[in-house]
Amino acid sequence: MNRTRKAGCNGCEATARLSKEETIESGNHESRNRHLKSPFFLVSWVPDFLLIIFCVPVFLINSSSAAEVVIGSKKFTESYVLGEIAKRTLTDAGIPAEHRQGMGGTIILWEALRGGQIDAYPEYTGTIATEILKSNSRVALNQIRDLLEQLGVGITAPLGFNNTYALVMRRSEAQRLGIHSISDLRMHPELKLGLTHEFLERQDGWNPLRERYDLPQQNVIGIDHALGYSAVGNGSIAVKDAYSTDAKIEQNDLLVLEDDLQFFPKYEAVFLFRLSMAARAIAPLRALEGTLDEKRMIGLNAEAERTKDYARAADLYFEGRDAAARRPYHYIGESFPHKLARWIERHLQLAGFSLLLSVIVGIPLGIVASRGGAIGHVILGFAGVVQTIPSLALLALLVPLPFFGINVRTAIAALFLYGLLPIVRNTATGLQDIPRALRESAVALGLSPIARLWEVYLPMASRSILSGIKTSAVINIGTATLAALIGAGGLGEPIISGLNLNDHVTILEGAIPAAVLALLVQWCFDLLDRVLIPKGLRL
Amino acid sequence: MSALVKLEDVCKRYGDAIALYPTTLSIESSKTTVLIGPSGCGKSTLLRLIIRLIEPDSGSIAFDGKAVTPDNINALRRRIGYVIQEGGLFPHLTARANVLLMARHIRKLEEQTHNRLLELSDLTRFSQNLLPRYPVELSGGQRQRVSLMRALMLSPELLLLDEPLGALDPLVRAALQRDLKEIFQRLGQTALFVTHDLAEAIYFGDEIVLMNEGRIVQKGTITDLRESPTDPFVSEFINAQRGIASL
Repeated sequence: MNRTRKAGCNGCEATARLSKEETIESGNHESRNRHLKSPFFLVSWVPDFLLIIFCVPVFLINSSSAAEVVIGSKKFTESYVLGEIAKRTLTDAGIPAEHRQGMGGTIILWEALRGGQIDAYPEYTGTIATEILKSNSRVALNQIRDLLEQLGVGITAPLGFNNTYALVMRRSEAQRLGIHSISDLRMHPELKLGLTHEFLERQDGWNPLRERYDLPQQNVIGIDHALGYSAVGNGSIAVKDAYSTDAKIEQNDLLVLEDDLQFFPKYEAVFLFRLSMAARAIAPLRALEGTLDEKRMIGLNAEAERTKDYARAADLYFEGRDAAARRPYHYIGESFPHKLARWIERHLQLAGFSLLLSVIVGIPLGIVASRGGAIGHVILGFAGVVQTIPSLALLALLVPLPFFGINVRTAIAALFLYGLLPIVRNTATGLQDIPRALRESAVALGLSPIARLWEVYLPMASRSILSGIKTSAVINIGTATLAALIGAGGLGEPIISGLNLNDHVTILEGAIPAAVLALLVQWCFDLLDRVLIPKGLRL
Repeated sequence: MSALVKLEDVCKRYGDAIALYPTTLSIESSKTTVLIGPSGCGKSTLLRLIIRLIEPDSGSIAFDGKAVTPDNINALRRRIGYVIQEGGLFPHLTARANVLLMARHIRKLEEQTHNRLLELSDLTRFSQNLLPRYPVELSGGQRQRVSLMRALMLSPELLLLDEPLGALDPLVRAALQRDLKEIFQRLGQTALFVTHDLAEAIYFGDEIVLMNEGRIVQKGTITDLRESPTDPFVSEFINAQRGIASL
């Protein structure tokens, strides 16, 4: 399956998810985007506000930790669980470790690993081959290891499970028809198939699969992933596509048909780590090799989704492995008010600081732009173009640049750029709208250019400028939820978390405070208007 | 009589359209010179050239014997008062702040400016009670009085008025005309007054400059214009206005 994981930039995944409602299955969210070649593909057409409201990732653990090893994970359940397992195994080995959950998709994790912001993260062989090394998905593990080594990155042996595409059907019906493998489907041309749209379209999806196995079924419909499970359950379709470690497979008592012709590439889970990472940390990671089969991973994914607690799911792994040596591991939950306060504080820091920068830079730019001419056009054009870049894409573009990366700085820079346009434009138009007679009166009085600006033009444009700042502030509050995608925290954390857990309550824990915050900010600015806009302009 | 302002071959064009043909004119000290002519004749252009709201294409302007240049224009502007039709008051400032804006900018002593303000408020018959009001809270006539106070604040040597009474209703206008003339006389003010109304020109003008299509047609007293017109347009203009007046 995870050829997609590879495709994944956070945005795509999150948005794709949205586009199919809550089809999030344990461990497999990304999968449905596998048809996406570029991380920006989806982003470019999904309305920004949807992204803003819904697509945000998980807990940023503060970057100034004393941890010796930092583990990253992608933003879907299975990756979280594997990240927790790695953290736990390192901690048990006496190595202080921190887990940055749900930092994003392949590209962001890979860049963070290369840049040293994280030391290790769980990845899939197929993804490594196609997305990271840009080679064939069937390249051998040895080759992958050699290629990665040249990049300063090590790889563990497979953890033991393969999370790839699979065809599934109801166990009872499979038994009745005597079907065990995909080849067996050839005997039953009457079976109805319900496949996800992505699978139908993919280069390595239904069409090549049908060719390889010479499948006769004509009755093939496209169906949403989550709905497909219900459809299989009630018999309206017989076969559907799935991801092999999907928790729903077990929950619905489905049989994974054996890929007897090895059509689907391998997506075996491994850990990638920096070769420069503390040597003593490598052994505990290697100890995880071959310890997690598909059944077990499915169980852990199911547990994580059920309890909404990745640490507990990770515990389950250790309980099963060596119950005797198990040390008590208490997951101490942070109280909700405390979490909320932490989210809001960070959110306000992100939005406030970036707004301040936008004001400091935007007003002077607006003043210059108000004079028109080539420079004015360049300034307004630049601010306008920045605004058209989807916010996720802007974040993703900034991350690989020097100085930026997976951190708060990048989030603030992106928010700052977004906040620029309304301020620049409103400053420019506010100044341009001052009647000529009044501009000339200021000139004729003999005021110096600076005094004209300060005493006359800016106060007269204050309403327009303030409304630009207000617009920026409200946009920033909304867009700042995206900051969590690159680990910058804020109210985006619970939103992304909730998306991954398919848990509406968690989503609302972030979305409602964000909306309230936006209203409050608006209200504060309305008050500010009364202070900052001269009385003579308000009569 | 000495000339406070001298324009020599001053010319202004906008693209192909010539707003002011090369023009030479002297503004005499302590007199009121009225620029009159139909719309678009170049009278406002001439006024705006003097205070350098627009740059001349050629020719030179001298103020008090010194050539006006971009370097000294801001200092000179402080010696010139400028009043326009709608007053040009800044809406975000009270009447008082509008009048004091420039004095504060050049850091005149608070006491001096305060005394000057009271003086001007008497002179222009603008009630001190209205000083804390914003322009939108004042009538058109009151606004023009404030505008005049602002223009006179720094005791300018030259007062430029660009149709200052054009937007007022007849009663207010008549009252302000009387007050203005009295002020000019009391201060011995040198003024350049732009209007398109002949009666107003006659009332104010020690000297009348009649303009048409970017050129000065004739300069002189009203008697000169009436009795020895240099151009058929002069008679035409005077008779047209008189015709309306006699209705």
